[in-house]
Amino acid sequence: MEGKVAIIDYGVGNLKSVYNAFRYLGSEPVLVNSPKELEGDYIVVPGVGAFGKGMEKLAAFQEVIREKVSEGIPLLGVCLGLHVMFEGSDESPGIRGLGIIKGRVLKIPTELKLPHIGWNYLKVKRQCPLFDGIRGGHVYFVHSYHVSPEEDVVVATTDYGAEVVAAVWRENVFGTQFHPEKSGSLGLKVLHNFLRVKDAL
Amino acid sequence: MLCKRIIPCLDCDLAVPMGRVVKGIEFKQIRYAGVPWELARRYYEEGADEIVFLDITASHERRETMVHVIERTSEMVFVPLTVGGGIRGVEDARKVFNAGADKVAINTAALLDPDLINELARHFGSQACVVAIDAKRRIVGSPQEGEGKVVVDTPEGPCWFECSIYGGREFTGVDAVQWASEVEGRGAGEILLTSVDRDGTTEGYDLPLTKVISERVDIPVIASGGCGFPEHIHEVFKETQASAALAASIFHYGKYTIGEVKEYLRKRGVPVRL
Repeated sequence: MEGKVAIIDYGVGNLKSVYNAFRYLGSEPVLVNSPKELEGDYIVVPGVGAFGKGMEKLAAFQEVIREKVSEGIPLLGVCLGLHVMFEGSDESPGIRGLGIIKGRVLKIPTELKLPHIGWNYLKVKRQCPLFDGIRGGHVYFVHSYHVSPEEDVVVATTDYGAEVVAAVWRENVFGTQFHPEKSGSLGLKVLHNFLRVKDAL
Repeated sequence: MLCKRIIPCLDCDLAVPMGRVVKGIEFKQIRYAGVPWELARRYYEEGADEIVFLDITASHERRETMVHVIERTSEMVFVPLTVGGGIRGVEDARKVFNAGADKVAINTAALLDPDLINELARHFGSQACVVAIDAKRRIVGSPQEGEGKVVVDTPEGPCWFECSIYGGREFTGVDAVQWASEVEGRGAGEILLTSVDRDGTTEGYDLPLTKVISERVDIPVIASGGCGFPEHIHEVFKETQASAALAASIFHYGKYTIGEVKEYLRKRGVPVRL
């Protein structure tokens, strides 16, 4: 599959699997650790860990990410990479997010054990290019916080004693709470679809 | 609803150039089972929810072999990968994370230096830090023998559980139930709980052990040691709060595929990913 995928390497979590998944799909992933080098047909913000630390490390990339988004480059945030697109998080009060999507990141309002770790059922709520040909299925989650958008962007949810936001979409901006790179063939299908969103936009 | 996870375990002997998967009986006798990444890929295709690699050679010069095994595997296996055995510190962990691992499991190093748990959780997050507990039953003959320990009733009589290190070769005197609570407090994200008595026997998981620990901690507990039949996995999910079941030989020699085991569980009402 054609296309250069720029994976932002801001020092949080295991980027190797995201890289390997895009490679497996036949695209050309590159790990980018300097804002100046952020060039690609697609941009991916991966990451696991806490919001505050993530934003601190992502600070240098803030401007260039916003620029690329306004140019219409497809952006995919995964897990923490999804959280940082919002305005702020209860996980790290006082730290500002990228604010690409209106809303905040909140602790999952559940009685069940946190973190929410493991395979849970993805309910696709409305049509989204990311879920082209996917009606539902199990995907892998690892998180204690989830996003609470103030815009109508939720395209998939999962049930964990509360309705948890599993994916969002607005124009060229996509985000998944689950880890598509760790979600077996269904996850690979989601990434494959991401590499084709330009046709759909 | 969250699925119960089925996790094949690859015990890796890294003393040969590319590494090989072996299976021991009660941590001792060894049988050869295959090339690590080839088995991992097969299990991934069969529907494994996660794969655990345990370095049973666990000596320093072989660390690079595990890195190679994980690099090869992560190019073609897209479920979480855990590496255990021989992780002594943050740098060892960083190497396997950079190779593509998602979690490390530590046992001996954690018992010798419990602060390592806090350190790994701080550097890589709790989700990446699994503490492996290898527990052995100690029958309590008199009330004095159980003093200061968590004594559990079993069909074989009251006993407590002792933590072992170095792959079941040495014992520490540490109570496994108390240790489980401590590792949770220190930031472990999961507990991989192996019964030394049952490991390699195909007699089933140690249910009293799995039950007492999975009920006491809030983090997920992976039951391990003794699985010989799909019934054992069903039993451990029915009788205990285990979130996942780990098994090795039941899958290695083609007795059952992961798909068959999951289908068996689904028919009995256990939520699994198919």
